[in-house]
Amino acid sequence: MSKVVLKRLEKRFGDALLSTHDQFGDETAVVTPEVWHEVALFLRDDPRCQMDHFIDLTAVDYLGRRTPRFEVVLHARSMQKLHRIRVKSPADIGPNGENPKIDSVVDVWKGANWFERECWDMFGIEFKGHPDLRRLLMYEEFEGHPLRKDYDAHKQQPLVEYREGYEKLAPFGLPEGMPFGRQVHDRWKVAVAGRTTEGETNILGFEED
Amino acid sequence: MEPLDVELEDGELELPTDPMLLNMGPSHPAMHGTVRIVVELSGETINKADVQIGYLHRGFEKMCERGTWTQIFPYVDRLNYASPMLNNVGFALAVEKMLGVTVPERCQHYRVILGELARICDHFVCSGAMAMELGAFTPFLYFCKARDMIWDIFEEETGARLTHSFGRVGGMAHLPTPAFKEMVRTTLPAVIDILEDGENLVLENRIFLDRLENVGIISKEDAVALGWTGVVLRSTGANYDARKHHPYLTYDRYDFEVPVGQKGDNYDRFMCRQHEIRQSVRIIEQALDMMADEGPVNVDDPRIILPPKEEVYNSIEGTIQHFKIVMEGIKVPAGECYSYTESGNGELGFYMVSDGSGTPWRVRIRPPSFASTAGLEQMITGAMIPDIVPTFGSINMIGGECDH
Repeated sequence: MSKVVLKRLEKRFGDALLSTHDQFGDETAVVTPEVWHEVALFLRDDPRCQMDHFIDLTAVDYLGRRTPRFEVVLHARSMQKLHRIRVKSPADIGPNGENPKIDSVVDVWKGANWFERECWDMFGIEFKGHPDLRRLLMYEEFEGHPLRKDYDAHKQQPLVEYREGYEKLAPFGLPEGMPFGRQVHDRWKVAVAGRTTEGETNILGFEED
Repeated sequence: MEPLDVELEDGELELPTDPMLLNMGPSHPAMHGTVRIVVELSGETINKADVQIGYLHRGFEKMCERGTWTQIFPYVDRLNYASPMLNNVGFALAVEKMLGVTVPERCQHYRVILGELARICDHFVCSGAMAMELGAFTPFLYFCKARDMIWDIFEEETGARLTHSFGRVGGMAHLPTPAFKEMVRTTLPAVIDILEDGENLVLENRIFLDRLENVGIISKEDAVALGWTGVVLRSTGANYDARKHHPYLTYDRYDFEVPVGQKGDNYDRFMCRQHEIRQSVRIIEQALDMMADEGPVNVDDPRIILPPKEEVYNSIEGTIQHFKIVMEGIKVPAGECYSYTESGNGELGFYMVSDGSGTPWRVRIRPPSFASTAGLEQMITGAMIPDIVPTFGSINMIGGECDH
């Protein structure tokens, strides 16, 4: 990664650059969501930066740790100059619980297309100006965004109707959950809509208390 | 059949002109079982294509947020199941970058050798499967035979043929076996022989070449903007290999070349893979010479590495240390880090956020074949239906990592 790029960004964007750091040797710039698209264009076109190689775009949910809650993270690289940069931007849930919004960078690097779709799918971040913002890994009827911290890993989704009308898939059984991981011991009682678990023990054989 | 000698009026036997929608996959023999391509056809030409992935989504990133850092190793094995060792090493390097530790030199060579062996397997699977989908079944069997010989080495070293879970933060699970170097040295020439045999079967075959050459072309600029890395990027003429340009482990000390293509068609991708196998063999031979026969493999740090079992069972300090690492996990300093290695398909990146506890706050994998599969749509639009098969085969989409 490179200090040059950070200096260029500082010079060009001034106050819109919220902070920078180079922890573990990864140069990082945090910018405001307003200049997100402009920063991407600048990184690609500036002769000193030349970040033409799109690497990664994702988000992190800092629920309960930070406000704003989400952070969109972009990694880019230069084919000629071999330097890298990470650009981050905060994004927050709207006052009435609307999804966070940020500009799309698909017109800067077309590789961002699927990465933004994945990000929308997993975190519910809306990319303004994205040509085709559909779910990518999940199916259309999926409710919620699974990588948000308030999405319970045990949560079950309603059975999707067979799209032509007759039932073909077996209904869900008792929650199988994921019987590992030390953070989940108290979460065994997952309510299943329309089924009673009274008197039944869960698959680990623990008594219901 | 009777000849069609009916008098036809104009327009009576008009061919349908509406575009036809066709579903390829998700369970189509050429779709590797995990991807669906909806194509809009006019005749046999593809007007529009929509590549749909996600059939193998297993919530890798969500699962990683629930255990300790060490518990992630079995998951990364199952990302790219054609070369699990490269994922293991990539993830171990990422955590080590955050911890600020460097493994001993013997371990670095050991990781390189195992990783390059896995890369050879990966390329064999891809080239073999691609040839098989084009009707050439024999090279696939040949390449599988070669892969099996390498898997025998892995079985001897790690105890598992496919999902090794052999990497550890700060080292490897075991020392190299005494016969390791000899095993590798005797296997490599046989692997190269098989590689040449398999190549000779297809590379003078008109049918095979016709379906590869000038099919699925992508330009260098497009490939770079799409975020392609690895073989698929290098086949277009762009020279980027993380081992060469951002060396990690001991890659800066080996003498090897990076094969680069010219056109970016299927043939270039196929040939880049074949040549990369030869380069990997070169790297392994040098690493075998440099690797010491004696010496530690794991870092000497009680906060990271489990104590030897004799200590665990015979001393209270050892028991406590073992308990703390297993139950609480390795304490990784708070912060964020992006670490990348060259995996079989390209740059395998891990972007990780730690809150300082034993459980990761977020583990993001940047799968190389995710970016390449995103470019498939562009490559097959305007092509013919049969071109999908070699084009899709040559980008080596691995469901496990592509779908997370």
